[in-house]
Order: sequence, then structure tokens, then C-alpha cells
Amino acid sequence: MDFPQFLIQLLNSVQYGLLLFMLAAGLTLIFGIMGVVNLAHGSFYMLGAYLAWSLSTAFGSLTLAILVGAALAVAFGLALEWLLFRHFYKRSHLDQVLLTFGLIYIFEELRSIIWGDDVHGVTIPALLSASIPLTENLSYPVYRLFMSGVCIALAVGLYLLISKTRLGMKIRAGAFNRDMAESLGVNIKLIHATVFALGVGLATVAGMIASPVASVYPNMGSQVLIMCFVVVVIGGIGSVRGALIAALLVGLVDTFGKVLLPSMAGMLVYMLMAAVLLWKPEGLFKA
Amino acid sequence: MSAQQANLEKLPTSIKLVLGMGLVALLAFPFVGTPFYTEMVTRMMIMAIFAMSLDLLQGVTGLVSLGHAAYFGLAGYALAFLTPQGEAVSLWWTLPVAVLASGLAALIIGFFVVRTHGIYFIMVTMAFAQMVYYVFFDNRALGGSDGLYVNFKPSAAIFGWVPFDLDSKRTLYYFTLGALLLTYIFLRRLLFSPFGRTLSGIRVNEHRMRAMGYGVFGYKLAAFTVAGALAGLAGYLWGTQTGYINPELMGFHMSAHAIMMVILGGMGNFAGAIVGAFAFEYLLHVFKDLPQVGSVNLGKHWQLWMGLFIVLLVMFAPRGILGLVEKFMTRKGKSDE
Repeated sequence: MDFPQFLIQLLNSVQYGLLLFMLAAGLTLIFGIMGVVNLAHGSFYMLGAYLAWSLSTAFGSLTLAILVGAALAVAFGLALEWLLFRHFYKRSHLDQVLLTFGLIYIFEELRSIIWGDDVHGVTIPALLSASIPLTENLSYPVYRLFMSGVCIALAVGLYLLISKTRLGMKIRAGAFNRDMAESLGVNIKLIHATVFALGVGLATVAGMIASPVASVYPNMGSQVLIMCFVVVVIGGIGSVRGALIAALLVGLVDTFGKVLLPSMAGMLVYMLMAAVLLWKPEGLFKA
Repeated sequence: MSAQQANLEKLPTSIKLVLGMGLVALLAFPFVGTPFYTEMVTRMMIMAIFAMSLDLLQGVTGLVSLGHAAYFGLAGYALAFLTPQGEAVSLWWTLPVAVLASGLAALIIGFFVVRTHGIYFIMVTMAFAQMVYYVFFDNRALGGSDGLYVNFKPSAAIFGWVPFDLDSKRTLYYFTLGALLLTYIFLRRLLFSPFGRTLSGIRVNEHRMRAMGYGVFGYKLAAFTVAGALAGLAGYLWGTQTGYINPELMGFHMSAHAIMMVILGGMGNFAGAIVGAFAFEYLLHVFKDLPQVGSVNLGKHWQLWMGLFIVLLVMFAPRGILGLVEKFMTRKGKSDE
């Protein structure tokens, strides 16, 4: 593998890793703060992709579609939290698994009723459709760099929100000791709703910006959900920093595995997870 | 978080009576039901074995596995590999080999997963099952996404003597019923053996069991392996019945269905798992068979009905059918006083 090819694979792996981080961050936050395991998280990714497809067809602009879609997703997240999830924070994990598995079925079927079962493509906005030439016949699409840029911006935003703002302080207090935070006057219900909507929003935005390169198809949430689980397990449940490092690691192993060891590519990530589990059963960064 | 309530381990006489009547009904069924329903009940019994094997983890030991279908599918694949293109293969050695293969896979994966707890356990079992899924899905040599055919049902011949023929639907029905009964008796005995009592203890309070000197890791690994092997028994029967194995059998939908069955019936006593498997498979059949209303084919949207059913069940009856029966009986008991 010469240098330009290596660079392309490296950029791809970082882009994939950052995309996984967007999903895993929401999953790990929702678990870390509310103690809920959410199997339906992949469905939000799918929802994002379908929203991007239908809204960008309607508006003729992907940017506008992403903005409107994100607002819709947050509203959807708030409604879902209010209607269902808030009643399950103190239930057993088994009940949460069942609830969210039931939701996967409901979301998949509603998707089929609303948008049908076809595979769709989303066109890249003209502004970002160029490619940067690396050698005579190798080039790198600008849109993938844009995706990484959006993910990095959102990751920095998430970091600032959690560690530098008053809301972030309340979120951390709620995660550390829910009852204590509540008796000190923190509206913990509002915090939970915010965190849940934030997680849904991140997953949907990930689905929306990924839609032009990943295409839009039924059941696209399942595979990504399992990758997110791997990321969260490696990183340590509840740790956003762990999720970032684990996501980049998984991105590297997966992308380079497909190039260097194609016959074993599907397994490598899981072997990485097994190795981490042997070494640190609670993930690299225990929250 | 995953605090466990006490299980209904010892079945009240009334429930035992109902189960006995159920057994009589199952024994008589092939003479009453049509071949279609005989096949359906055979499938329900296979799923009941699968659900019971999961109950050993989920209900007894308190380990929620979201990857149990992997061991179910592996034994089915083992049968497909062992069956040659042109002739049947002997039941007597392929069944143990397939069950052992599933048990071995559970032992290896269990070595990694049982050291995790709670939510990690759920995620890691699911991830490893998905790994197994992709091994078969990605490799053409292992059947790829299309799966494999089992062209001939295993033969029960012993040196030319044929005690029974699994090609007959009725024989396969009774063979499956026998397997179901043996599995149930085995698991019930296991439940009240010192080993089963230790597993129950681990569910209730793992730290205390460890403090009392039990090697919790070994016990959990043993439970995981036995559960995997019994799931393999169900998978072998599935391969025999349908003659077809594909990666979807190992997917997480299948694993989640098994969890549903155990929940639906009631956890921790194996009878509930049987009831749950029958109820779940029947519901699936009903939802898929819903009629056309106007321009809408209700049956086509079975996932929606199943999803709504699961959400409502977990909101309003999280302890399943036996839990409802138990609640009803205790309420009646109280009003009698």
C-alpha cells in the first residue's frame, strides 16, 4: 500500500469512526445518565437517513433538510421520552431490552408504510460534490471530509456542553447521584428529557449526513446498532471520551481490516472487543 | 438495576394440572389436527426447547443473553454440513455432534462474556452472536446469505433396522415432543439440584455467593454452555424439520424472540418458557395471517402489531402469563380471608 492509498484509507477510517462516535455518544450518554439500554438507537439513524432523503427531495436542498430534520428528530425524541422511556428508567434491563426491541419493529414497519421498502440514494450538494486529487487517478471526495468536519464540530460542541456549561454540570451531577441532584433543586426530569433528545438528535444527524455515501435502505439501523454496542463496550459504558477513542479504534480496525485481511474483516472488530474484554472487562474508560 | 423478584419455581398444583392436560392434548394432537397444524405445533415445540434453554440463563441465573440464537443456528449448520448431497446421515451421531458443537461455541464465547455484568452482558452476547452471524453471512463456503439446504432428514437406522422414520411428519412430531419432555425433565431436575440452587443464588445475590466461596465464574460458564448446547438441540430439530438453514436464524431478532417467549410465559420455571413459546409462535401466526381490510393488508404489517404487543406487554404485564395467573390466584386467596 503506497502513501496516497494509505491516506485515503486513513481518512475513511477516521470518517467512519467519527460517524460511529455520533451514534455511540448518544447511546452511552442515555445509558450513563438514565441507565437505559436502547436497542432502538439504530432506528434513529435509519430515521435520519429517510428524513434526509424525503426532505431533500421535497426542499431540493440537503442542508435545509438536515436542519429541519434535526429539529423534527429532537421533537420526536422528546415525545418518545415523555410517552415511554421515562417510565422505564427504574425498570430492569430486561424490560428495557423488550421495550426497545418492540420499538424497532414498530419503527421498521412505520418506515415501510411511510417510505416503502426501496433503496434510495441522496445526492451530494453541488458545493461539496468535488474531489481532491491525490495522484493521477486517486482522489478523495470533499463530502467525506465535510462529514468528518461536521462530526468533529459536534463532538467539540458536546464536550463543551458537558464540561463547560451549567446544563452540563447538572447533567454530570444527575449521572453521579440522581437523588442528591434532585434534592438540590435540579429538575432531573428535564435533564433526562434533554439528554434523551440530544442522543436522538445526534443519531439522526449522523444518519442524515451519512445518507449520501451510505445510501438509504431498510434495516440500515441494525448493523450500525451492533457496531455502536461494540464501541460502547470497548470505550466503557457511560464514558463519552471512551466512546470517541473506541469509535476511532473500531473505524481503523474495520477499514484497514477490509483492505489488509478481507477474509476476516467481518470478525476483526469483534476480536478487538474480545481482547479488550479480557484485558479490561469494564471497557477502556470506566465512567 | 436488574433486581430480580423471587421466581415461581415450585409450580402450584393447579398449574401442574393444566400442564398435564396440555401434555395430553399434545399427545393426541396429530390425530385431530391437520398436517399443516401438526407441522406448526412441531415448530412451536422446537421453539419451546429453545426458549427453555434460554430460561436457564435468563430466568434461573439472571443473565440476559441477546445472542442465544447463535447456538441455535450453529447446530442447524452442523447438520447441514454433516448431511451429504445425495443421502441421509445417521441421527445417532449427528445429533450429539451438533449439540456438542453448539455447546463448544457457547463455552468459548461464554469464556469472554460471563466475566461481564448487567448491561455489558446484554451488549457483548449480542455482539458475539453477530460475529457468528457475519462469519456465515460473509463466506460463500459456509452458505453465505442464502444459507444451506439439508436435503435429507437424518436417518434413525441402526445397522439396517429402522425404529422410526423422521420423514413422516407425525413421527417427527412425536420425536420433537419426546425431546421437549426430556429437556423439561432435565432442566427441572437441574433447577433443584445443588448446581441449580447455586445458579439461583447467583441471580439473587452474586456477591454473597462469591463471599460464601462459590466459584461464580465457573458456574455461570457452565450454565452458559449447557444453555448453548440445549439451544443446539432445538436448532438441530429446526434444521431437520425445515430442511433449510440461513444466517437469519442466528440474527438478533431470533434472540429477541426467545427472550420474548420466556418473558411472555413467565421466567425461571421452564414451564413458563414452554407456554410462552407456544403463545408467541401462535401470535406470530395470527398477526401474519390477519385479513385484508379494504385496501390495507393487515397481515403484511405484522411487525407493527408484534411491536405494539411487545410494548404493551412490557408496560402492563412484565411477569408474563404465569405471573398474571399467580397474581390472580394471590388476589383470590386474599379475598377469601
